[in-house]
Amino acid sequence: MPADTAPDTAPETGGTPNGELIRFDNVTKRFGDNTVLDDLCFSVKPGKHVTLIGPSGSGKTTILRLLMTLESPEEGTITVAGRTLFPAAEKERREARKKIGMAFQQFNLFPNMTVLRNITEAPVRVLGLSKEEAEARARELLELVGLSEKADAKPGQLSGGQQQRVAIARALAMRPQVLLLDEVTSALDPELVAGVLDLLRDIARTTDITMVCVTHEMSFARDISDEVLMFDGGKVIESGPPEKIFSDPEQARTREFLGAVL
Amino acid sequence: MTWDWSAVWDFMPRFWEGLLVTLQVLVLGSLLSFSLGLVWALAFRAPSRLVRWPVNAFTEFVRSTPLLVQLFFLYFVLPEWGIRFSALVTGTIAIGLHYSTYTAQVYRAGIDAVPKGQWEAATALSLPAHRTWFAVILPQAVRRITPALGNYVIAMLKDTPLLAAIGVLELLQQSRLESASTFQYTEPLTVIGIAFILIAYPASLLVRALERRLAR
Repeated sequence: MPADTAPDTAPETGGTPNGELIRFDNVTKRFGDNTVLDDLCFSVKPGKHVTLIGPSGSGKTTILRLLMTLESPEEGTITVAGRTLFPAAEKERREARKKIGMAFQQFNLFPNMTVLRNITEAPVRVLGLSKEEAEARARELLELVGLSEKADAKPGQLSGGQQQRVAIARALAMRPQVLLLDEVTSALDPELVAGVLDLLRDIARTTDITMVCVTHEMSFARDISDEVLMFDGGKVIESGPPEKIFSDPEQARTREFLGAVL
Repeated sequence: MTWDWSAVWDFMPRFWEGLLVTLQVLVLGSLLSFSLGLVWALAFRAPSRLVRWPVNAFTEFVRSTPLLVQLFFLYFVLPEWGIRFSALVTGTIAIGLHYSTYTAQVYRAGIDAVPKGQWEAATALSLPAHRTWFAVILPQAVRRITPALGNYVIAMLKDTPLLAAIGVLELLQQSRLESASTFQYTEPLTVIGIAFILIAYPASLLVRALERRLAR
């Protein structure tokens, strides 16, 4: 375990010795013959909000899925909050995973549980909170996401936007250090997108959670990001603050991509 | 051929006894097939091949051999190795075991039909394996497959007369005993035939209603 040297993170976890919370070293991921990530290196400092942009198939979502341990890399090292995700024993991975929350494009709420149970299940079963503590916290989070009156509803009774807000509350209930957002508005009807993005802006502004987003909402990316990473062909081809990337990118490929999506 | 109502009344005491045994076999056999089938289905997904292969081979074997042969095997061969149960217990185990290999396939299909995103959400929340199975995956799978399980209960009901072959006193065996003493076959066989219809048909309507409700 690296020593805890980053003063601005929770004392029990910390980052790597040089103050990074997430670190990819020479990570290669292939699906069959298709190399999705090619010798990728990048890092994220605690509390930062990083947005990954790039054409589809450029490996953005794969990065989130690797961080959530839903995929494994063929080569390279991934560390999160001072713990090695890959290569590591499952026990180590299990501990690291608890620091990471994720919201999915398709929400993936548990349809057989009420909204409240969706949010309390993991805090009770994984963190060992009492039912009362977990429910009190879940109700606070439901208030934050504006769905207090839906605590006893089943996910099937909610709109897509409401389901995504519950899914974000569910991820936050685990008090993660890192929140992964995988195209969280892509499956939503256009009129429901704003509510979810406003919520995420709120969370970005009022918490110190590190966020890694994959999104096609460029104005949202510009609003919340500290750093934007432009991906193409499994590599980061350009990175920088959003003002720079969106108004004055260095790479022709970035200009071309932004010209197509903006 | 004449229909003799008095033969029907005379059969009634045996009929009720037989019905009770048939229903007993059906209920216990169903419970056994539901629980064993779940065990097989979970074993199909075991991480180790040392679990998967034997379970696959065993269930394939049981599924591909006739229930009647299995009944005879359990009733006549096992006692030679010192394992001895009553006809009723043997019959219930045989039918429950046989049908568990069908319900296992039903469970498997139900589990496979749960979207991948549910597993991923469970991983993202660090849920332990047993919570993922019993709180997330199985409740969704079982909901989908309830009608299919119901159909196997009905099929099992119609297979219970096979137990007469080892002397279990269920409906068919009771009607045979009745006929053996009165030489009247028409009435007892007709009565048990009607009894099977009266149980199976409403049950299949119930399964269909359930299917429609779940489809909504």
